[in-house]
Amino acid sequence: MMADLRDLYQEVIVDHGRRPRNFGLLPGANHRAEGFNPFCGDRLTLQLQVVDGMIRDARFEGTGCAISTASASLMTEAMKGRSTSDAEALFASFHAMLTGERQETDAALGKLEVLAGVREFPIRIKCATLAWHTLLAALHEEERPVTTE
Amino acid sequence: MLTTADELKAVQGMAPTLDVARVRQDFPILQRTVNGHPLVYLDNAATTQKPVSVIEAERHYYAHYNANIHRGVHRLSQEATDAYEAARDKVRDIIHASRREEVVFTRSTTESINLVASSYGQGMRAGDEILVTEMEHHSNIVPWQLLCQRSGTVMRVAPIDDAGQLVMEQFAALLSPRTKLVALAHMSNALGSINPVKTLVELAHRAGAVVLIDGAQAVAHLPVNVTDIGCDFYAFSGHKLFGPTGTGVLYARTALLEAMPPYQGGGDMIRQVSFAGTTWNDLPYKFEAGTPNIAGGIGLGAAIDYVQGIGLAAIAAHEADLMNYASELARDFPGLTLVGTARDKGAILSFTLAGVHPHDVGTILDAQGVAVRTGHHCAMPVMERYGLPATVRASFALYNTRDEVDVLFRGLRKAQEMFA
Repeated sequence: MMADLRDLYQEVIVDHGRRPRNFGLLPGANHRAEGFNPFCGDRLTLQLQVVDGMIRDARFEGTGCAISTASASLMTEAMKGRSTSDAEALFASFHAMLTGERQETDAALGKLEVLAGVREFPIRIKCATLAWHTLLAALHEEERPVTTE
Repeated sequence: MLTTADELKAVQGMAPTLDVARVRQDFPILQRTVNGHPLVYLDNAATTQKPVSVIEAERHYYAHYNANIHRGVHRLSQEATDAYEAARDKVRDIIHASRREEVVFTRSTTESINLVASSYGQGMRAGDEILVTEMEHHSNIVPWQLLCQRSGTVMRVAPIDDAGQLVMEQFAALLSPRTKLVALAHMSNALGSINPVKTLVELAHRAGAVVLIDGAQAVAHLPVNVTDIGCDFYAFSGHKLFGPTGTGVLYARTALLEAMPPYQGGGDMIRQVSFAGTTWNDLPYKFEAGTPNIAGGIGLGAAIDYVQGIGLAAIAAHEADLMNYASELARDFPGLTLVGTARDKGAILSFTLAGVHPHDVGTILDAQGVAVRTGHHCAMPVMERYGLPATVRASFALYNTRDEVDVLFRGLRKAQEMFA
């Protein structure tokens, strides 16, 4: 039984959940969005610096469970140096992985594959996707906080 | 029969006499496993499990005398009506209402509160005040907010202290001749705090306000006597009392129900209908429009029989023993912080664990068959009061054991190890 749990709480996830990368405010950010999951109270603010269609830098702040924090941390790592259209494509791949629309490995996801285990815990999928929905909102500069509901 | 808080305290101090092993056999769901482990159900504040007598009562109704009530001259309708109305008498008995006309069947605690806000609320005016407490469930906040929006009535909030207890001086100070209604929980679902309802009702009545008590968490765990408490309205749900979902009760004093306009219009709530005008049925039917949850009501009657057969005093004593045991383990558990430490407290253990988010705790416990609630418990203002996004809540009922408390704490240790 605990093996399944280990699929969810892989070392990389526990590590990023405890010590998130790119955590804090981003001076010089020109895109920003807030995400909120009313089911569990997780909140995050995502800040991006986008220059000429390229994501130069990404940081986030907020509170959440290990899954949502690790997902935000890994996402910000993956976004740096990526074009905005590439970022949207990665969102689609990530979403497909979690909803089970795509079972085979997608090379583009790289390290983000560690979050595939969340698929087996349906109630926690929104924890993993919160940061990603916030990313889309930030890229599109939506005014209202996005929620997972 | 127990009636007062003092007598309850005496009972909680007594050795438990409940035969838990026998009780557990009455609940078929407790035989199942979850993720390969025996189910340890500690989410009783959300809903309780059902004894076989309740499940059987619903099945028996559908298999043998399914019919609509209060209308047919045929045999089945008569049998269904008798069983449904017998359930009303059982409700009257368990909450010690003086008359059966004072027991209105609803869908839920939430609907009971909405009924009062909608109907009694029609008499509320701009400048009037409603006093609630900071520990309320959303269902005892939002119906009043809607009423305030409609009527210009103002909501006041009586604060709680760090232990999760209502601050009595502030509650008293917030009462004024403008206060028309006070709405408060008998027992907090997020903290377990038990309010001194009789004293609070006296204070509110002295100010000229009517009092609604949200008894959702109380009825399955404490002896409740609405006559002794002196409240004007008392709302609770059947499903938290081992009965079916979709069953609720509103107790209200006869004089209030007579003066209140109907809540919903339809069949059963009328005496005579014509296009020139319609007259209302007698109490409590004036507030029961449409075909009700007949099977659910009959099931609720069976649930009350079950609880009365065991005795709320024995239940309260057993749960107090579990709570004492769990609270001791919690105090000695490194990194665990209890949220809600009221002196007078029901069997609800709400807490946070350092370094592990409540939702991760919930998932890790579930992998070991332990069901707890994690989140804001539909009491976001309580979470805000403590500056927390969420807590883990273990809530106990008559079928839980000390062994299950041990399983809970073993699970918490595993959660800590995973995140160490």
